[in-house]
Amino acid sequence: MSKERIKIAEELFDIMPVEYQDLVKRATYGNGQRGWKDIGNAKELIEEHSLCAGCPESMAFRYILASLPNPEDTVMVGSTGCTSLVFPHVAVHNIHSLFGNQNAIASGLKRALTVRFPDRHKDVVVLAGDGATVDIGLDMTLQAWFRQEKFTTICFDNELYANTGGQESGLMQKGFVAKMAPVGKTFEKVRLPEIARESGCHYVVNCTVSKPNLIEKVIKNAVHVAREIGPTYLQLYTPCILEIGKNSMEGLQEMRDSEKPTERFAYKEYVSEPAKELLAELAAKEKERKAEAKKQLAGQSA
Amino acid sequence: MTTSYRVMPGPEHFLPPSAASMGIRLPDPGQGHIHGSIVSEEEALEEAARQFLSAKVPTIFPGPLVLWAWNDKAAKKAKAIRHLYETIKECVDSSCQHAMLIPMPDYRPKYPKINPEIEINPNHPNLTIWHNKIDACMFVGVHCHQANLSLKIIRGGTNCYTIAMCAQAGHEDAMVSVRDATADKIIKLADWVKKLKGSVAPPAKNSA
Repeated sequence: MSKERIKIAEELFDIMPVEYQDLVKRATYGNGQRGWKDIGNAKELIEEHSLCAGCPESMAFRYILASLPNPEDTVMVGSTGCTSLVFPHVAVHNIHSLFGNQNAIASGLKRALTVRFPDRHKDVVVLAGDGATVDIGLDMTLQAWFRQEKFTTICFDNELYANTGGQESGLMQKGFVAKMAPVGKTFEKVRLPEIARESGCHYVVNCTVSKPNLIEKVIKNAVHVAREIGPTYLQLYTPCILEIGKNSMEGLQEMRDSEKPTERFAYKEYVSEPAKELLAELAAKEKERKAEAKKQLAGQSA
Repeated sequence: MTTSYRVMPGPEHFLPPSAASMGIRLPDPGQGHIHGSIVSEEEALEEAARQFLSAKVPTIFPGPLVLWAWNDKAAKKAKAIRHLYETIKECVDSSCQHAMLIPMPDYRPKYPKINPEIEINPNHPNLTIWHNKIDACMFVGVHCHQANLSLKIIRGGTNCYTIAMCAQAGHEDAMVSVRDATADKIIKLADWVKKLKGSVAPPAKNSA
């Protein structure tokens, strides 16, 4: 998508529903400094969605969409799951893949975009649930990493198959009893972050979405590293409040409880050496930009 | 193949057959169709204008192909559509007729609901038609697959008269269809509306 190419026809602008007009007037496309703080001030790239009230996945969606560094040139690839209920309401190009096929689709897409637009950054971001990433799509997930495909894979980990009623998934914790898994999980949660690291991912993070500034940082890092170096993987805990017996207001606390140092979503990060160099370079540039902006501001007020 | 089937305002029934399956064929270049009978393009445009002038709520539904300025052609069509709408507004009797221009910005299913006063959605077009009591409408700039879907739903569940101004080969599922639509053809339709002003009886003021 290009914000220059797709404009509302001038003659019919006034009849367009206000959310489309807002996307033109108040969205953050093309703003290099966009981030989670735009939520509430600028037009979000997510419209009303059909997730449950208080669903942490909806928070995660908002933070991610607010933090994508280049939304006008980003294509998201989704898969079957609760996330697929949200994609129709997202103002970023997206593709719905077959269940589990998302990383294969993203591989072809990224390669095609690189050939078609050699002079532009076209980011591809996979966003799928734990069933699509770790169970049904594990083959495609791993093969994309082995091949060093340059895109980001985000797994919304709610530790079960939520929208089909609570079946056991590979990322479910050992011993957990779900509505459709009454015996309880008999083996450990699959350690996908470690597998991602060993499979060639250059930037891997395991965390919850309780802190928007952290999500902004990891999304930006993951997209930049994928763009320049190779595959990146983010595993974000987005608990299904319905399936774990919580109320709408308890999702945030559940995430906070699960990110304590001894818990399974304690912040874990792996950065490869080339990725470290790139991120240091980007941080230095950002520092320079901020210093320059500060200087200009001081000049203006003098 | 000849057929006795005619594409008429509904409500036909819950799942009306596609007109193509009933033997209705598409017009060739330079032609249009009225209720499934092939006629000249001029005749189809004239009939469309008559329907607009005799309807209580004549409405244009512009779709994404004209709402978004993809290229100069699309921008020109948007201008022509605005001109057609203004012409209809001018030519109808405002005491008993109310012209509308309602967009179909995209085709995504909208949750939790659409606002039928300000938009139409191809997956449930009848909500907009029922809410606004639309009795004649024209689709323009809607991708063919979505137009066919909507036209069939409308025929199934409403008594709305449908007109399809199609940039491709026309639509069997509309009651009147013109093919190869350009900005000039839309302006020609506006000219027909102007020409027929006063010669078509407006709807009775107290009719439902």
